[in-house]
Amino acid sequence: MSPVSDSYGKKGLVSARHRVTMAKLALETSDWIRVDPWESEQDTWTETVKVLRHHYNEALRAFQSKKEFTRNKHPTESSTGNSLSCQQPVLPELKLLCGADFLQTFKTPNLWKEEDIEEIVGKFGLVCISRVGSDPSQFIQESDLLSKFQHNIFLVREWIQNEVSATQIRSALCRGLSVKYLIPDSVIAYIAQHNIYTAESERRNEGHLLQPLRLQNTTINPLRD
Amino acid sequence: MRNRIPVILLACGSFNPITNMHMRLFELARDHLHQTGRYQVIEGIMSPVSDSYGKKGLVSARHRVTMAKLALETSDWIRVDPWESEQDTWTETVKVLRHHYNEALRAFQSKKEFTRNKHPTESSTGNSLSCQQPVLPELKLLCGADFLQTFKTPNLWKEEDIEEIVGKFGLVCISRVGSDPSQFIQESDLLSKFQHNIFLVREWIQNEVSATQIRSALCRGLSVKYLIPDSVIAYIAQHNIYTAESERRNEGHLLQPLRLQNTTINPLRD
Repeated sequence: MSPVSDSYGKKGLVSARHRVTMAKLALETSDWIRVDPWESEQDTWTETVKVLRHHYNEALRAFQSKKEFTRNKHPTESSTGNSLSCQQPVLPELKLLCGADFLQTFKTPNLWKEEDIEEIVGKFGLVCISRVGSDPSQFIQESDLLSKFQHNIFLVREWIQNEVSATQIRSALCRGLSVKYLIPDSVIAYIAQHNIYTAESERRNEGHLLQPLRLQNTTINPLRD
Repeated sequence: MRNRIPVILLACGSFNPITNMHMRLFELARDHLHQTGRYQVIEGIMSPVSDSYGKKGLVSARHRVTMAKLALETSDWIRVDPWESEQDTWTETVKVLRHHYNEALRAFQSKKEFTRNKHPTESSTGNSLSCQQPVLPELKLLCGADFLQTFKTPNLWKEEDIEEIVGKFGLVCISRVGSDPSQFIQESDLLSKFQHNIFLVREWIQNEVSATQIRSALCRGLSVKYLIPDSVIAYIAQHNIYTAESERRNEGHLLQPLRLQNTTINPLRD
């Protein structure tokens, strides 16, 4: 889980320090999901493809150390060894987990560079969760670029109708309504303890443009008036 | 705070298993009643149905009650009550309400007795908190809009029972985004008579965690983490509760309330 940096500029975005801590609290009971603060610690907003490259390089580094370690433990081992301890580590693939709305942003004019979409979908891969009733496969078929890589786009149907939007959660918190059973108790307690979501926090970045759109405005754009 | 009327919320259901959505209903209802300014919700009671209800896939009440207890460990106001589940036969909703109302009445009377014994010369206009007369609580049935709709199923309900449930006790009815039970209430003479006692609460989060889907996912080895509490997931795994076999229980059987319906003389049926 990679929380965005504060420089993203979204309305109501509280400090990364809090968002990372809340994610850590929420993920305490997970034995396989973790939060990584790297992106949130960058000075400026980081493009998605760069976040993917960073984590892929980290995984590669870990893979190479493991290979080194395995080789040092069993220097005479052939690649067809039977016992578990002789298994060569396999290079993992890194895939971007997203919602169907993310997929749709690929068609926003000038938001994405084509080579970045190619890298995200072609080199890495997408796992795209869609809501009951929505069907992104048609959208993929309509795009030459995406249909080229459809083997690398995994469409997952959400079987539970469960639309807990963070915006609604913040709104409820400001109004003193209960969000129990929607977010973890530990996060509720943390929010209360630090008084994180208030009418004031909701006004942050009001009127500001999101950083990716700010960058978009500065590029020469033949499609705009 | 002006004198708010204390309210106890009662939810009946299979709770097979209990899900985060079941517990959300209580939270939504409480917020709503508090926002009217007239009520103070003092307790929530979850009442799992007895095994004799005969619903397909219904696992033993012992497990369902235990799972609800585990799920409600972190709640400081909602509890599970096993009374209904311990009855030999299925208990009509109105009788469950009467039982819990009598229990609340008993508790209220002991409290009044206790207060009176502590301050025998206290007038009713005493200032200090310790002199406050306990106020008789109201017991309301917490339900979904689908429950409300069952009132129109022919011969499922006796009219006097609907009157008692809605008139004497009251309903707090949680409806999904997009559905509107108020029209249904208007179309019914009986219900519109008691509409002051039917609280319609709009679920602002689209949250349809159905217990049936949960059981299906469990049987298929899919994750239900973040849909039901971790403690309930662990309990289900430990006791291997939901299986293909458990899902076949009561297959082909009629629900007990419908079984009773079939034995009454029914002029409206062929």
